[in-house]
Amino acid sequence: MVSATVYGQPTADQKSTSSSDQPSQARSSTREPYINVPSNERWVSGLSGAALVLAGLKMRSIPGAVLILAGGAMTRRAWTGHCNVYGALGINRAQGEGAAPEDYSSKGIHVSQAITIDKSPEELYRYWRDFQNLPRFMFYLDDVQILDDKRSHWKAKAPAGMSVEWDAEIINDQPNETIAWRSLYPASVDSAGSVRFVAGPPGRGTEVRVTFDYIPPAGKAGWVIAKLFGKDPEMEVREDLRRFKQIMETGEIPTAQGQPHGRRGVIGSIMASN
Amino acid sequence: MKAVCWNGKKDVRVENVPDPKLLNPTDAIVKITTTCICGSDLHLYDGYVPTMQPGDILGHEFMGEVVETGKEVKKLKVGDRIVVPFTICCGNCFYCKNQLWSLCSNSNPNAWMLEKAYGYTSAGLFGYSHMFGGYAGGQAEYARVPFADVGPMKIPDGLPDEKAVFLTDIFPTGYMAADNCNIKEGDIVAVWGCGPVGQFAIRSAYLLGAHQVIAIDHVPERLRMAEEGKAITINMDDEMIFEKLRELTGGRGPDAVIDCVGLEAQGHTLDAWYDQVKAATYMATDRAHAIRQAINCCRPGGTVSIPGVYGGFLDKFPLGAAFGKGLTFRMGQTHVKKYLDDLLGKIQEGKIDPSFVITHRARIDDARKMYETFAARAAGCIKVILQPNENGSVMHA
Repeated sequence: MVSATVYGQPTADQKSTSSSDQPSQARSSTREPYINVPSNERWVSGLSGAALVLAGLKMRSIPGAVLILAGGAMTRRAWTGHCNVYGALGINRAQGEGAAPEDYSSKGIHVSQAITIDKSPEELYRYWRDFQNLPRFMFYLDDVQILDDKRSHWKAKAPAGMSVEWDAEIINDQPNETIAWRSLYPASVDSAGSVRFVAGPPGRGTEVRVTFDYIPPAGKAGWVIAKLFGKDPEMEVREDLRRFKQIMETGEIPTAQGQPHGRRGVIGSIMASN
Repeated sequence: MKAVCWNGKKDVRVENVPDPKLLNPTDAIVKITTTCICGSDLHLYDGYVPTMQPGDILGHEFMGEVVETGKEVKKLKVGDRIVVPFTICCGNCFYCKNQLWSLCSNSNPNAWMLEKAYGYTSAGLFGYSHMFGGYAGGQAEYARVPFADVGPMKIPDGLPDEKAVFLTDIFPTGYMAADNCNIKEGDIVAVWGCGPVGQFAIRSAYLLGAHQVIAIDHVPERLRMAEEGKAITINMDDEMIFEKLRELTGGRGPDAVIDCVGLEAQGHTLDAWYDQVKAATYMATDRAHAIRQAINCCRPGGTVSIPGVYGGFLDKFPLGAAFGKGLTFRMGQTHVKKYLDDLLGKIQEGKIDPSFVITHRARIDDARKMYETFAARAAGCIKVILQPNENGSVMHA
């Protein structure tokens, strides 16, 4: 039933394989402090750390000692390029390129969902292939602009009324069968997705199978937070596909929003839960 | 406009609410001329259906005149007189295309709620809780009708509201209950519950060729109305149902049984009291007395047809008896649209006049009192129709 999977830390097996095959690339599983702070941030960190140490030395008191310790930690962060807080949150701000495939498996969220729609693969492919249509049923998107044959610019709603934007490119396009895409660096949300249109048994329409992978802004913590606030990625994709079906089959998305109703009382709400 | 709003268990109020607007291109707005209180509204009234919110507009049996249409509405025009099926259907999904209109997979905006409860969704319903879509109901002066070209049927001028309005629910519901019995020559059909759906099930079973219908209830007015429909009646307060049915069928048992009672069954046996206690203490949702008895009484190889509404889980369900006798079960919300043309024809041919079931006519302002009366089965109340508009076009036969 549950098909949203959070890939946790690599298992013992995966760890031994990755460290024996490609020890230099085993980034998140290694115990050595690795660089996850970008160079400009290291400079700021080093200079302010040094200033704190000097100020602390001048004070010759207990608060002064605290400043020396804090300054020392910042200097160390600058010197080694490793930040423990970023490490704990799964953030690596020093990366210089888009997510590698192994990042999706070590840090990403994977969702796969399917729905059957009573239309031909051709009709469904045609609508989906025009990415400008996606915001009609993917409600987390505000807008998608087509840049050229392969590239597009995506704009999504983010918490607190902000928005997140990125470019994406189509990496696989087989007419009436498959479309796959991924975000391009620099993307605030590294993401990749695919949709397949497979004719169902006779009289059963087309099976639409979607996979969607993304690396949330603050690692797995972001997903946990998203879950807490009801932003369940599996459910989101499921509802996206339901709306896609509704649009393709009926031309509209059924709604009851905006209908009249009587007074909704607080006391009544409590009674209603019985 | 005035609308009948649910405000909690046994608390409905007539409130002033905004008029409905067109929200989607296939919507129509209907000025309601006649609307009804349904037995299944009492399940909401009694607080048995979850996901109701205070302020929700009730009502799913209504007809009226089209006053506004969305830009994609092609078949209906302003001024058309229509009946509106209580199950909302898109007309384009697998289920609609296979005449399973009440299982429409597109019409419920809150499909995820039903999926959590039942695994898959079914059609949205007017005025019947948020898990069935949260659509505002038709016990109001106006209603918004989605997919207006699909479900509603035009009613010819000259056919009065009182003869047509039950096409929205209880007539097709009783008819489908009988249709589900797969009635053959010589069949005897037993009907539990002589409320409005039971009354239509009795008459529909005869329309479909039943040899004899036996009706079970304990409200004298309902039993009398069943007798007027040519049923042999059993008053459950006076007689042992199983023994009486054996006697009336020469020891064979009825060929088909219809449960027109649903989740609020009452009875005088140990299991019925057990259900009442469990439901009253929130340890169970549905009271299964009627369906247990129907299964027990049905002859081997017979059919159990269930138009009565069930919502949750049944306790002490005699699946062993059902299996042992090789029974067939048919059930579900009514595929109203499947039957509309046929049943309108039967009304026009004079084979049935559905208005026989009406016992109370009232203005919408009296809705609160009418719910109380209907819930108490008081004053001989079997079916209430309400007239929402002052200058409504209710015509009398």
